[in-house]
Amino acid sequence: MISSAKSFYGLSLLLTALMAVFISGLSATPAYGIGEIHDFSSPELLERYEELNKVLRCPKCQNQNLADSDSPISADLRREIYLMLEDGQSDQQIRDFLVDRYGTFVLYSPPVSGITLWVWLVPIGFGLGGALLFWRVVLQASRRPVPAANEPDSGLDSAESSEQNSQQDKD
Amino acid sequence: MTPEASKKFLVFAPLTAFVLLSAFFYSALQLREIRGGDELTSALIDRPFPSFELAGLDNDVHDQSELSMGQVTLVNVWGSWCPSCRYEHPFLTELVEAGVPLVGLNYKDTPTAALDWLDSFGDIYQYHIQDQDGRLGLDLGVYGAPETFIVDGDGVIRYKRVGVVDQRVWDDLMKPVYLQYGGQIDD
Repeated sequence: MISSAKSFYGLSLLLTALMAVFISGLSATPAYGIGEIHDFSSPELLERYEELNKVLRCPKCQNQNLADSDSPISADLRREIYLMLEDGQSDQQIRDFLVDRYGTFVLYSPPVSGITLWVWLVPIGFGLGGALLFWRVVLQASRRPVPAANEPDSGLDSAESSEQNSQQDKD
Repeated sequence: MTPEASKKFLVFAPLTAFVLLSAFFYSALQLREIRGGDELTSALIDRPFPSFELAGLDNDVHDQSELSMGQVTLVNVWGSWCPSCRYEHPFLTELVEAGVPLVGLNYKDTPTAALDWLDSFGDIYQYHIQDQDGRLGLDLGVYGAPETFIVDGDGVIRYKRVGVVDQRVWDDLMKPVYLQYGGQIDD
């Protein structure tokens, strides 16, 4: 029983890892408007441009980044980012410029402060809670039927609890 | 916890979590409704109107100083390409007739198309600022038209409406702000 619990645990770990790999691999191809070509003076600037377009959100379309969005405002913002990059401004300066005008909405990663702190903490809490639940329910339950040498009446206990379980199923 | 108690806890934990989450999401939806749907809170509230120097449709040059002459003013971002701007035009006309000062920000438009539009529907604005490439719009956090700002007598932005201004929006959201900063309405 313990070994089956272990292999189940191993399988879930593997599946979770696979899921993480797939999700992180989902990267969208930029959907820049036709004819929208910015000539960068260095490949390093182009790289930063593409990176910024991925992490900045289109204010008009609620759930697209600047790279994906075809809306006119996104084209304007991309042009602005291009000009600021060529002007020698840092990524942080560019982000601040946009937050100044469009609010923190334009950032796909909300700041770790104030009410958005919850956005960061709640998922971690859920993750820990889920892990705890998983540990208690799955691993403990699969361990229970193994009789321990120093608990002579443990067989009776497990019969009792399985009866309770079947009652709960009926409820 | 005794094993019995912890089992009961485990059985009810998902249900409790579900109820709590439902309550949380429901209240968030209600809050969103009150704040006006998809509208983003403007980052520019309580900040001075950004500085600019742009030609008007009248070929005069306008700048931000005209918006800090002691009068609460509505600045309406519009374009001849924007169907909702045509829709809100009759209500804006009513406001102007009631003595509300209205300035146009002609956003990403051409002067010819804009003047044609005004010929057809009526030029109710004091003057228009031409923002052909959308640079002033960007400084204002504009992401579409129509948008309407309430600018107080000192040229400070006090409210921003994204979308159409109609009787309900005016009465519920804009009129209180307009009056609070000393705006005048003729009866």
